[in-house]
Amino acid sequence: MREILGDIRRWQRLGRRVALARVVDLEGSGPRLPGAAMAVADDGEVTGSVSGGCVEAAVVTEALEVLGKGDRRMVSFGYSDDEAFAVGLTCGGTVHLFIEPLDW
Amino acid sequence: MGGGDTQATPVFDRVGDLLDAEEPFALVTIIEGPGTGSKLVVRPTGVADPAFEGTLGDPGLDRVAIRDARGELAAGRSGVRHYGEHGEAREETVVVFVESFAVPPRMLVFGAVDFTGALVRVAKVLGYRVTVCDAREVFATSRRFPTADEVVVDWPHRLLERVGENLGERDAVCVLTHDDKFDVPAVISALDTQVGYIGVMGSRRTHANRLVRLREAGVDEAGLARLRSPLGLDIGARTPEETAVSIVAEIIALRTGRSTRALSDSDGPIHG
Repeated sequence: MREILGDIRRWQRLGRRVALARVVDLEGSGPRLPGAAMAVADDGEVTGSVSGGCVEAAVVTEALEVLGKGDRRMVSFGYSDDEAFAVGLTCGGTVHLFIEPLDW
Repeated sequence: MGGGDTQATPVFDRVGDLLDAEEPFALVTIIEGPGTGSKLVVRPTGVADPAFEGTLGDPGLDRVAIRDARGELAAGRSGVRHYGEHGEAREETVVVFVESFAVPPRMLVFGAVDFTGALVRVAKVLGYRVTVCDAREVFATSRRFPTADEVVVDWPHRLLERVGENLGERDAVCVLTHDDKFDVPAVISALDTQVGYIGVMGSRRTHANRLVRLREAGVDEAGLARLRSPLGLDIGARTPEETAVSIVAEIIALRTGRSTRALSDSDGPIHG
């Protein structure tokens, strides 16, 4: 969170709406620990990261949906060879994210 | 936060203020179950300015979540916990995420020498709060170490007398003075603290001479075994920047307890 604070504050000053995605849990091997965060502005600008670049694009899509609908959701990404996951981590772990609008 | 249309985000603003002030706290969020999105900002035990803010929507749930968040914060851990709607243990109706924001680890760098600037820069990249300390005021200046959080003109052992009791497992002391006059008292004072890493610069010969002097000064074998001297991993570092990388790599490996072989020469989990 510390490293994305500046970008989020800048977006807030510009009156943009922001969604925040945080890693809350990790099973097996994964590059980023719980607390890793990225934020997405309503115009699609992105700051921070929640993996080694494996799932960020899908997180942006989810985050923009969250901004559109105003809901909060858990999203999980697993090993990309697993049919249950369209997008996944290449390292074999599963990462659980909580995505919400920054309305608090 | 600017214009009239801007959405008020009081909890997030508080989080930002605490991060700016480098104050420890935990942010608790309900991520599944009734009240999803509700938040608590929890300060460590003993801090009351205020002790917590916000609510998860139920006093019983708040009480156990605050207690558990303080435990997680003290351990520097972030993770998921399950409760009943009123905070009951062994129920799973409510899932919360406790995110700990511990105080950044500290690095004390003794000696305002050529290698110091590079070590300060690399330590800042890793999130350390860095203090440079040297008794020579012509060398210990903020102008020479603009990225340091603090530059102190004093003898290292006197700085340690002031701040030593706050040092812990996650913190580091790097003695770069390689001068008997400074490094023997600095090492002795560092050994009196709980600091996790004590690295001491010097050639093999300097190191051997220093061991003799430390023994003469009464340091026992257990104390000597705590020292990483000469400090750094053997990666063939020559420049100050390369040396800085070898030092912080050693600090990381010591913390994680991992071998320092190349990943390509080993197997097993990379992140585990």
